[in-house]
Amino acid sequence: MTAGLAIETRDLERRFGRFVAVDRITFDVREGEVFGFLGANGAGKTTAIRMLTGLLAPSGGQARVAGHDVYTESEIIKRQIGYMSQRFSLYEDLTVVENIQLYGGIYDLSNAQIRERTDAMLSQLGLTGAAREYVRAIPLGWRQKLAFSVALLHQPRIVFLDEPTSGVDPITRRQFWELIYAAAARGTTVFVTTHYMDEAEYCDRVSIMVAGRIGAIGTPAELKQQFGAATMDDVFVALARPAAETAGSGAAP
Amino acid sequence: MRRILFLARAEVLHIVRDRATLAQVLVLPILQLFVLSNAATFEIRDTPTYIVDSDVTSTSRGLIERFGGSGHFRIVGQSASLDAANEELLRGNVTLVLTIPQDFESSIVRNRRGDVQLSVNAEKGSAAGIVQSYASQIVNAYAVELGARFHPGPATVRAHEADPAPLRGVPRIEVQVRHRYNETLNYKHYMVPGLLVALVTMIGTLLSAQNIAREKELGTLEQLNVTPLTRGQFIAAKLLPLWVLGLLDLVIGLVLAKTVFGVPIRGSLLLLFGTAGVYLVVALSIGLWISTLVETQQQAMFVSFFIMNIYLLMSGLFTPIDSMAEWVQYVSMLNPVRHFVTIARALLVRGASLADIRMPLSILTVYAFAILALAIRQYSKRTA
Amino acid sequence: MKALAGLLRKELYHILRDRRTLIVITLIPVVQVIIFGYAIRTDVDRVRLAIVDPVPDIVTLELRSRFAATNTFQIASILTSLTSPTGPGDVDRLFRQGLAQGAVIFEPGMADNFGRGIPANILIVTDATEPNTGSVVQAYALQVIQAYEREHGAAPGMVRITTSVRMRFNPTRESSNLFVPGLMAFVLTIISSLMTAITLTREKESGTMETLLVSPLRPWQIIVGKVAPYLAIGFVSVLGVIAEARLVFNVPLRGSLLLLLGEGLLFILVSLSLGILISARTASQRVAMMGAMVGTMLPTMLLSGFIFPIESMPWPLRALSNIVPARWFVVVARAIMLKGTGLDYLWRETLVLLLMAAVLLTLSTRSFHERLE
Repeated sequence: MTAGLAIETRDLERRFGRFVAVDRITFDVREGEVFGFLGANGAGKTTAIRMLTGLLAPSGGQARVAGHDVYTESEIIKRQIGYMSQRFSLYEDLTVVENIQLYGGIYDLSNAQIRERTDAMLSQLGLTGAAREYVRAIPLGWRQKLAFSVALLHQPRIVFLDEPTSGVDPITRRQFWELIYAAAARGTTVFVTTHYMDEAEYCDRVSIMVAGRIGAIGTPAELKQQFGAATMDDVFVALARPAAETAGSGAAP
Repeated sequence: MRRILFLARAEVLHIVRDRATLAQVLVLPILQLFVLSNAATFEIRDTPTYIVDSDVTSTSRGLIERFGGSGHFRIVGQSASLDAANEELLRGNVTLVLTIPQDFESSIVRNRRGDVQLSVNAEKGSAAGIVQSYASQIVNAYAVELGARFHPGPATVRAHEADPAPLRGVPRIEVQVRHRYNETLNYKHYMVPGLLVALVTMIGTLLSAQNIAREKELGTLEQLNVTPLTRGQFIAAKLLPLWVLGLLDLVIGLVLAKTVFGVPIRGSLLLLFGTAGVYLVVALSIGLWISTLVETQQQAMFVSFFIMNIYLLMSGLFTPIDSMAEWVQYVSMLNPVRHFVTIARALLVRGASLADIRMPLSILTVYAFAILALAIRQYSKRTA
Repeated sequence: MKALAGLLRKELYHILRDRRTLIVITLIPVVQVIIFGYAIRTDVDRVRLAIVDPVPDIVTLELRSRFAATNTFQIASILTSLTSPTGPGDVDRLFRQGLAQGAVIFEPGMADNFGRGIPANILIVTDATEPNTGSVVQAYALQVIQAYEREHGAAPGMVRITTSVRMRFNPTRESSNLFVPGLMAFVLTIISSLMTAITLTREKESGTMETLLVSPLRPWQIIVGKVAPYLAIGFVSVLGVIAEARLVFNVPLRGSLLLLLGEGLLFILVSLSLGILISARTASQRVAMMGAMVGTMLPTMLLSGFIFPIESMPWPLRALSNIVPARWFVVVARAIMLKGTGLDYLWRETLVLLLMAAVLLTLSTRSFHERLE
């Protein structure tokens, strides 16, 4: 295991029948980094994240998360990671507090710990008044932030966020990223996928997936220089167009 | 483990807060119990009868009166026309036609011999045999009466019909009949225990399949799969509340069975609930297994309904297992519902003991382990 | 009209291309008829009889051999211990374990008593948990005993009335002749609800329902377009099911095959229309499915007269059964197959089915109209 690396992959691959969703990607994520995993819809981002979190078995290649092999030690990995899925992950018919308690119990936090962290989380988010509300009664933006906080409840080393800001207004997105920075400041590695190219600017390093492959990887500044682009959006366009022209079809799940 | 309790608590909250689920758990089973128990009966009573009396004498009238007064038959028409009777049979208005020929009385007076004809609508299979039996008995009893009347002397008496005056010199057999466990031949006593099984099965399989399918649909399942929660813990937490609920429904059903339908409870209740507990594990595991095969709640509902239908119809719940073709009887050994229905009836109606239900209970226990293991193995936190 | 033809063609393609569903739809009725045809029976035969004969003699042995010679009974066990008259002990154990369904208990000295004109006693105990079994055991056991008595105990002056019995429409009295026609109704109902569920799920999932509604197709055309192809498939099912009834279960077909096919088709039409109406009126798919199942399968199973005779039910249920389409088709199927009756006897049932189809289709059409506004 290479020290200081939260995530390492070598030629990680996933096929569905003849379709190759993730085509031998190799990259590293350093501990404490905010790493943006970018790409268009269907480029293979969600598939990759599902392999790293142990939800999907890889077809080939290697990967290590938090120092453990994803093939053989995925259950150990799960104790040390948090995850916020693309589809909503909190139970709408439970209250805010009930959701927090549930995940606290699942991650083996003691009752005292659960209580402390619940109070802290609610006050940080400004949701103390809504503690006993059903989650479905809470506006979308708050729900996303809550889901993120719950993913961090057990203080994991790495947290995986799959399109966490989809469908959310720009102000809430900004607040969300403040939460991400706060987590990173505490030493948590944040691995976030998004198709909003402007969010790439917020990351320490990014990689851009195109048709299952990593088209580019580096800090935003490096990439903009590499492609002679003014914004990350332009970087992406520069990358994506030739690939679209040659590849033709195929959207990865 | 503690994790199981946390998740199980959340489960209970889900169930209690979902009106559709509550309806399925509380309202639907009770409703079904009432409707089904009233619909599910093969009782034969008031068999509609048509009389063709070509004799029209006091003797023939006497026979007709015996039929009408027997309580088994309801005379809906009478004439001298065979064609009319045939019509009624064809139209399905009558089940039995009693035809008395023209020389009925004269033949009996002269030769001590009479002839009648019974035409039975045998569409209904074995019921026809019973109808014929009742009718024959009435005719025979009448023959004895006539014998006594025309020749008051030693006469053979059928003991179970009339009051025997013990006469010497005539060989006869006195028969007594006792119907064990169900003297009144009440169909509800047969059906309701089986229906209780159906109730419990619905909760077990239908709900558990839907439950997990719903999590899949909503995406919350994925979230749980990412946690260190093991399969065993997840399944235990999901099934435990449903298990308790199933037993609860059984209690409610039993109370209704006893108070409303008068179904006896002759055997040990402890044994019944113990068996129910084992059976519920089987039913729940089947639901779990179904949920691993489907993607949405609708599919879960449809598949479980389908499978349950087959199980229920082949379990001896509505129609007796002994009546099934032999090969089907063997196949039904694989049907867990069959075993629980057998046990339920044996315990409630016959007052069976543990020794009596040894075999079906052991089979159920084996199934419980096997199917649960299968379902757990089938369930994977990680897609291959 | 061209639009309608186009719609029909598209539906047909959908169906033919979805191989798996097609196989399932055609296989299900076939498989079900076989399984249920052999399982749903109420014939009481091979009844397991226990004999308790503490002191065998001429009379008891003769009676025993007569019991064994019947088709109705099979001797399950012969006990020689005399238990108390109420039948506990060994006999009870046999009942509890399901090893015997009835018992004939002879008293000692039967032959002696019989010969001397003293009443010889026999106790028949039945396991009446299933009441008809109890009745049958009683009835047939009595018949055997009484036949013996008549032959050996003739006395002068006795009057004997012979009963000749004709079993009409089902001489072999096999219950499959009763159940299989009804089974046809049940199976066809399931297919119909399956088909409407499939077609509507498909439309809603692909979102093409809205497209159809805003197209120049009139609502009645949409409905015809949806129903017609499935009617065709249903027809194949009807053929299959009738063939099975004839070939596998030897159910007679004394009436007109054409009439039966026609009625079968009509019945499927009614079932499909019901399914379409349910899906048209419900917003959520889950509710639609539930409605389709609860609304069609359960009532058909219980209230159609398929298994349980309607005459035996209390009047509220009897009244309710009149709105179950299958109830009418069961009567028709049985009448045509077993009695050989024609339309002149069945016009009432046929009219009811026609009416149901008309009403349901009209209501469906109206629902679609509403959706447009």
